[in-house]
Amino acid sequence: MSGHHPHEETTTSPYAARIRAIEALLLEKGVLTEPEVQDGISYMEARSPANGARLVARAWMDDGFKELLLSDAKRAASELGMEPEHPAEFVVVENTRYVHNLIVCTLCSCYPRAILGRPPDWYKSFEYRSRAVREPRAVMREFGFEPPEGVEVVVHDSTADVRYMILPMRPTGTEDLDEEELARLVTRNSLVGTDVPRTPEA
Amino acid sequence: MTYEPGDHVRVLPSEKPGHVRTPDYLKGKSGWVESLIGAFSNPEELAYGLSGLPERHLYKVGFRQADLWNDYEGPAEDRLYVDIYEHWLEPEERGTK
Repeated sequence: MSGHHPHEETTTSPYAARIRAIEALLLEKGVLTEPEVQDGISYMEARSPANGARLVARAWMDDGFKELLLSDAKRAASELGMEPEHPAEFVVVENTRYVHNLIVCTLCSCYPRAILGRPPDWYKSFEYRSRAVREPRAVMREFGFEPPEGVEVVVHDSTADVRYMILPMRPTGTEDLDEEELARLVTRNSLVGTDVPRTPEA
Repeated sequence: MTYEPGDHVRVLPSEKPGHVRTPDYLKGKSGWVESLIGAFSNPEELAYGLSGLPERHLYKVGFRQADLWNDYEGPAEDRLYVDIYEHWLEPEERGTK
């Protein structure tokens, strides 16, 4: 490294340095090509929690779609023009008046990337991954959410070939909102279960 | 070995190294089979460039949180579901759920 690149970040974490070294090696050895790397980046950047919000808002508006989302989430996503072609299974679990779900991957950072893009950093942290299974209620409190009295907390540890997303409950007072307005209430955290959707006033 | 929903199972306390998809905190713990997710190539072999065949059954297995953690904070109904491959499970003999 010459150190004469003023635009490069000056504080590179050891992980970032390692991944760049690996990338450089893979390119040099012809395992990967530069366009393939760019395609990978574009794939990730084209996906975001807005996709999850659209699925949720449609399910709130349309019972038939909700049924499809809960039974065959990949097909439901395809119907809205998304490309859930990732080989992993995609499963949506429903929050109800009696059950609140929370998603974690204790082993690594499994996440429905084909739909939602990259997970937030906290989702990948050791702290979240270890505490979400052991003390999910304390974790949710720290995110500012506490399930109402009598609601069971159900944690899904996505260890293998399934990626999970939550269908949260529709907030009260949203009867007059259209699908687009509903989608704006659905936060990324509410799709993971550390929170619930916003209410229209908030 | 195949299981039916409701079957009581125990997670093997194996210390098999490598790309295992069974978290340590569940080893030796007892739960129940909630459902069969499907059959998949074994990720423990795929990770090393092997075929992963034959495909293995993957089960959604449920646990009572109170059975996992002595000091769990929350009602007895709180649960945890984890996806576990058949070769990490053994039948557990006891009464029905």
